Amino acid sequence: MKRVSNRIFMGLVFLFLYAPIIILIIFSFNAGNSNTIWKGFSLQWYRELFNSRIIMNSVYTTLLVSLLSTVISTIAGTFAAVGFYNLRRRVREPLMTVSNIPMMNADIVTAVSLCLLFVAFFNGWESFANWFNEVQTVFYLTPKIYLGFGTLLIAHTTFNIPHVILSVMPKLRQMDRNLVDAAQDLGCTWFQAFIKVVVPEIKPGIVSGALIAFTMSVDDFVISYFTAGTTSSTLAMTIYSMTKKRVTPSINAVSTLLFVTVLVLLVTINIREERHARAQERRLNA
Amino acid sequence: MSKELIRLVNCSMAFDDELVLDNINLYINDSEFLTLLGPSGCGKTTTLRIIGGFTTPTAGEVLFDGVRINDVPPHLRQVNTVFQRYALFPHLNVFENVAFGLRIPKAEEGGDAEGKKKKKVKIPEREIKERVMEMLEVVSLKGFEHRHITELSGGQQQRVAIARALVNRPKVLLLDEPLGALDLRLRKDMQNELKRIQQQMGITFIYVTHDQEEALAMSDTIVVMDQGKIQQIGRPEDIYNEPKNAFVADFIGESNILDGIMHEDYVVEFFNRKFKCLDKGFAPMAPVDVVIRPEDIDIVPEAEGQLKGTVTSVTFKGVHYDTIVDFKGFKWLIQTTDFHPVGETIGIILNPDDIHIMHKSQYSGMFGDYSSYSEEYDEMDDVTLLDEEDEDEEDERHEE
Ligand SMILES: Nc1ncnc2c1ncn2[C@@H]1O[C@H](COP(=O)(O)OP(=O)(O)OP(=O)(O)O)[C@@H](O)[C@H]1O
Ligand SMILES: [Mg+2]
Repeated sequence: MKRVSNRIFMGLVFLFLYAPIIILIIFSFNAGNSNTIWKGFSLQWYRELFNSRIIMNSVYTTLLVSLLSTVISTIAGTFAAVGFYNLRRRVREPLMTVSNIPMMNADIVTAVSLCLLFVAFFNGWESFANWFNEVQTVFYLTPKIYLGFGTLLIAHTTFNIPHVILSVMPKLRQMDRNLVDAAQDLGCTWFQAFIKVVVPEIKPGIVSGALIAFTMSVDDFVISYFTAGTTSSTLAMTIYSMTKKRVTPSINAVSTLLFVTVLVLLVTINIREERHARAQERRLNA
Repeated sequence: MSKELIRLVNCSMAFDDELVLDNINLYINDSEFLTLLGPSGCGKTTTLRIIGGFTTPTAGEVLFDGVRINDVPPHLRQVNTVFQRYALFPHLNVFENVAFGLRIPKAEEGGDAEGKKKKKVKIPEREIKERVMEMLEVVSLKGFEHRHITELSGGQQQRVAIARALVNRPKVLLLDEPLGALDLRLRKDMQNELKRIQQQMGITFIYVTHDQEEALAMSDTIVVMDQGKIQQIGRPEDIYNEPKNAFVADFIGESNILDGIMHEDYVVEFFNRKFKCLDKGFAPMAPVDVVIRPEDIDIVPEAEGQLKGTVTSVTFKGVHYDTIVDFKGFKWLIQTTDFHPVGETIGIILNPDDIHIMHKSQYSGMFGDYSSYSEEYDEMDDVTLLDEEDEDEEDERHEE
């Protein structure tokens, strides 16, 4: 009796969670203009997507900013994790906490503070450029810079780094501390030891970190919205601005694509982690 | 004769104000087999790490060939290490683990002051293969070259670690309990093998162990350590026969250690009786520790003995019997090939060369009394039984 009611309850939860997305996906294949009445299957909205310059542009921006910020934050985050790892425990633990806070922090707070930081920097830059242009005439510095792809990239890199650190750190902890010593003992410099021994050891963590960072970037709306300015627009931002005009089924189609992308990434991450956990277990049992 | 290679001068090491090495002074000769021997946590690994360059001593100097090397990083030292827990590279197979050091291009030998400018030399692949296979043969791991590290037993991993260090033909090899995971048989074989390699290749070995038998069998020189201090340095025979204090006497082999008083040169008193001995140079009436090795004691009929005692326990140990004898409340361990049953009253005779005199030290009174000889084992049994019961109870709780 108890089991049945439990199952019904679970079913309801999942229904509430996924019903909107399922409806969205179904109607993205609707032949008609309506979001409520099914008029038959068609791919017309997807065709429209690929013909829309705005959407294709924002797909391009999204992919570019996600890829670049993933690469940068993966490298930076890995080195940061190694730095933390080499600290003494008493220093490391509080630092890790500080580094984790941005992940818990409300996106909107991160977004606004980043935006304010950029604007403050632009103001400072303007004064500096004006002064610099006055005192000499060889170089000309443009005094006016604006929010755009650059700031978008910086923002994404910023919020991605903690995720990379968090997924690399456990791999470092599992690693035998003596491995670096052993590599150096056999003639490696510290950096050679890092590349030849540490990286292969923590590679699963680095790859997971990169995948999470990429997912976070593709997924992000709030922070992008506050830091992209008027010249760049990510896919999520474009969807949002489309809803302000008229909710057409092409929004369903874009959203479906975005959802599927993130879903695939998340499933990949989970499968990888599952597999590594099992491999770890086998290693311990052996 | 042999030339000094490494010297530690007043080396101390502290971790967070905890003094782990206390003013270590030590020199190691070229081609010497030197063993650091001591109980767990006494600072053996830390000493090795200082010589290997993985930690810098908080005070003191490390000299190599007379040159200060405190700040030389490990990869520039002519030293290789076999780590206590192997530290093999899990992502590489056996062959690649052993070849690791050979694949790193190194500055040509003999480059000292201008060493940095010398061009790096790569060893050709064919030579790498030859040397690795040769080394794998030495450690009896031929045919394992493609095995993954995780597919090896502890003893096999240990031998890979030895091969990985030796293949680089270092001037000095540091070995941190390299035979700890081997069974007795393989351990003995590897002891002989290592000793042979050391003599054949003329490499200086700095060997860490807490197994005193291993140290006695293999070393040219033994350094006995405890609590971050060197207790005694010497040849195995000297360490065994002339221990400097109660700690060394107890740690190396078995010893009966009693309080005594040195009346004059060559005369010591204990159990209210004067004995002849071979030691001199103590202050008159100086309190001393007297060491008597269990195998040096001769058991004679009660009437003929210098001292009389009652046998309280006998344990058969293969070649000999461990016989515990009560002398007026102080229990001695005597090792003898003759059987004396519990309850028998026996006499013993001590010859002057069976008696070793040591100065009093912080260790006096801590070791060398066998009163608790059998009880210790009983207690240990009790403890394990209790633990098992506890676990059972917990398991039951989990199942509920
Ligand atoms: N990195 C470290 N930080 C703090 N304390 C340390 C560190 N390394 C070693 N110690 C301490 O230094 C002492 C000596 O350690 P060491 O590893 O040299 O002992 P050991 O003689 O090799 O013992 P074992 O036979 O158990 O290997 C120990 O008390 C240990 O706790
Ligand atoms: Mg150790």
